[in-house]
Amino acid sequence: MTEPVLSFTDRGIYCAAGDFYIDPWRPVDRALITHGHADHARPGHARYLSTSAALPVMKHRLGDIRSEAVEFGETRRIGDASVSFHPAGHLPGSAQIRVEVGGEVWVASGDYKTEPDGFCEPFEPVPCHAFITECTFGLPVFNWAAQKTVANEINAWWAQNAASGRASILGAYSLGKAQRLLHMIDSGIGPILTHGAVEATNVVLRAQGYNLPETVQVTAELDPKDYPGALIVAPPSALGSKWASRFGPSSSAFASGWMRLRGVRRRRAMDRGFVVSDHADWRGLLTAIKETGADRIFTTHGYTEIFARYLSEKGYDATVVPTEFGSMEEETGEEPGAQNG
Amino acid sequence: MKEFAALFTAIDQTTKTTLKTKALAAFFEIASDPDKLWCIALFSGRRPKRAVTTTQLRAWAAEQAGVPLWLLEDSYPIVGDLAETIALILPPASRQSDLSLTHWIEILRGLHDVDEETRKEQIFDAWDQLDPTERFLFNKLITGGFRIGVSQKLMTRALAQATQQDEAVLAHKLMGGWTPETTTYHDLIEADDASADESRPYPFYLAYQLEGDVAELGSHKDWQAEWKWDGIRGQLILRGGSHHLWSRGEELITDRFPEFARAVDFLPDGTVLDGEIVTWDGQQPMGFSTLQPRIGRKIVPKKLLRDAPVIMLVYDLLEHRGQDMRPVPLGDRRKVFETLLTTLPDDAPVRPSPAIRFDDWKMLADVRSQAREEKAEGIMLKRLDAPYKSGRKKGDWWKWKLDPLTIDAVMIYAQQGHGRRATLFTDYTFAVWNGNDLVPFTKAYSGLTDAEFGQITAWVRKNTLQRFGPVRQVRPEHVFEIAFEGIQASPRHKSGIALRFPRMARWRHDKSAQEANTLDDLKVMLDQYG
Ligand SMILES: [Zn+2]
Ligand SMILES: [Zn+2]
Repeated sequence: MTEPVLSFTDRGIYCAAGDFYIDPWRPVDRALITHGHADHARPGHARYLSTSAALPVMKHRLGDIRSEAVEFGETRRIGDASVSFHPAGHLPGSAQIRVEVGGEVWVASGDYKTEPDGFCEPFEPVPCHAFITECTFGLPVFNWAAQKTVANEINAWWAQNAASGRASILGAYSLGKAQRLLHMIDSGIGPILTHGAVEATNVVLRAQGYNLPETVQVTAELDPKDYPGALIVAPPSALGSKWASRFGPSSSAFASGWMRLRGVRRRRAMDRGFVVSDHADWRGLLTAIKETGADRIFTTHGYTEIFARYLSEKGYDATVVPTEFGSMEEETGEEPGAQNG
Repeated sequence: MKEFAALFTAIDQTTKTTLKTKALAAFFEIASDPDKLWCIALFSGRRPKRAVTTTQLRAWAAEQAGVPLWLLEDSYPIVGDLAETIALILPPASRQSDLSLTHWIEILRGLHDVDEETRKEQIFDAWDQLDPTERFLFNKLITGGFRIGVSQKLMTRALAQATQQDEAVLAHKLMGGWTPETTTYHDLIEADDASADESRPYPFYLAYQLEGDVAELGSHKDWQAEWKWDGIRGQLILRGGSHHLWSRGEELITDRFPEFARAVDFLPDGTVLDGEIVTWDGQQPMGFSTLQPRIGRKIVPKKLLRDAPVIMLVYDLLEHRGQDMRPVPLGDRRKVFETLLTTLPDDAPVRPSPAIRFDDWKMLADVRSQAREEKAEGIMLKRLDAPYKSGRKKGDWWKWKLDPLTIDAVMIYAQQGHGRRATLFTDYTFAVWNGNDLVPFTKAYSGLTDAEFGQITAWVRKNTLQRFGPVRQVRPEHVFEIAFEGIQASPRHKSGIALRFPRMARWRHDKSAQEANTLDDLKVMLDQYG
């Protein structure tokens, strides 16, 4: 039997033909990175390869790394493997990685979202024989409303708070989710303030040419009274903290796919929960898988077993990526979905 | 249904009682009489008779959603609520409608008279025209358990605001065996009820936990000590020839404890007593576990009445021959009710809770350490010259509870939390050693910080040995100190014991699994305190 194109090792997804890893979670010599989130782009690798659009954020997070960049769709030869990166629609620069060896094509999805958000490069299905798919929201109870619908809900909440003299504090992961929200809301409603962690990413992405509305970073000197009716975008950890108390009377909200569940919504004890996710919903996952034309599916990141069982019943050759490999920090961190749900 | 769904959303989005009350009061001001009546019914534990089993409902929802049944079943523990799981899994409605809450309840009631095929069609038809929140509520009407953070008391308060009636009068009107089928909003709420005033309770006086040294209370001679019984605090009212029983939560629970109907034979009219309702074996309380089955029962089966009879151990006298006794100093109040109660025959449903004799604080501390043997939770200290105040006040009354019992146990199973903790492993089963075996003896799901739950969740995923549905057997590695309030023999449990109020006191990082306690240790505790 010939070597599979990609295999699952205790360091991560490995390509023997090219001697490289995809999103490895222990230090390796050569790492191909789908996107800059902490559970995909880890420190300590000797060499990094990513899209040029994903690299600035990675450098911002990981510091001085030895890196190379490719454009979306550009093919690279590594050993006996041909490698290319294709938009995953998860956040700016995020990619699926296509690996071809001897005419057989495998794709590792990284994290992806199928609905175009008008901000990051939209998801593109990549035909392949085997597809390694995330399934953070791989249950039929997770279906998202159209972005426009949720944007209207957020705008209405903000406008109503502004009209009644309350600040609107919106919690969202500072890399990706926060910027997508900034892009989708109606910036004409009032001033927008940002937490330092969010603003740091804004600076990086603006420099790359991504279009974001004007924002003002909250500093010790800033007087919130100068910004009545403001929307404040901050990482979830800042909500309900001393940092947030400076804005006086306020309404707090959290944006995440997990807000679909009443129990999670209540656990966060926010005034509002908006269902906004940078991951594919149930229907999105199924459509994406179908469009790849792949017969072999590997599930990782999320409800892997349930999802694989369902796919098997649908006639796919579906396997769960071994658990000791699938580190699931995003899903299991102390704040469910706080990172990039 | 839109108004009721809006009410639900408003209640669900806040944890503030005042906002919930406001939302309910607003609903009571705009809703139609039949909708108001059903709202009152739902929030006082009444619901339409179940016409569809949850098994049928699951199957139909899976069919309509085009997913296999097992997938719906597997999603349920993650969502934590069946009605919600179904609401989320169904395809979006194809139509819109604005039919009333009462309309949908009528539809559900009508299901009794039609065959199964028609039932299914009508449920599909409803799902297809309700938005997700309405659908969730519609499913809740079928599955029951309308627990959405509104107590009967809160609903009553809102109704009082909306109707400008006295809250206690309304509480009285809402008790008893009515259903929306047998009454109208007007008859139940708006019509006068002459007996309501007579049932009105006094606000309870509640004590704080004593934190510092007991000697700081001053001379022991100024204080009365009595056992703090482990039952339900209640207020028994005898007025106008009948009796009323209120719980500390100011819920009218007269019907649940028919034993007190005889109190009017023993005591004069115009008597109000404050005490603890406990199960009684003729000599002493039988323990809280025997009281538990009676708490939720509105109608008490005969066997339960025989096996778990209750009495009230009386702490205080609030009204005597129609006169408010609360301003009278405690010492004098006690003299009056002791005279009133000590001469009663043994089969009377009320007895005085005795004052404990003690010569100094040291002696009282010794007495307190025997509280568990006496079936008490600790001691109450009350200043002898104090009036009966209302609400929780510092100064004159103090709870002096025992420290909880503790045992170190090994975590062996973990399960994802429900509802608000759906994504974390928060429900654990613990075991102690019996020779080389680990014997499970309790579950616990509170006491840790969110950060600790997150840490354990990550660990559980990597250390699962076996899965049984949603339950994971994990490597027996982590030791936790389990604190609990009581211990009882329980033949239903493999270990032979059951704990009261078990919770995780702390994660014993310093202990290996081998160092956890044994079943013998638990048995010693059972002999001592069971
Ligand atoms: Zn990601
Ligand atoms: Zn991820």
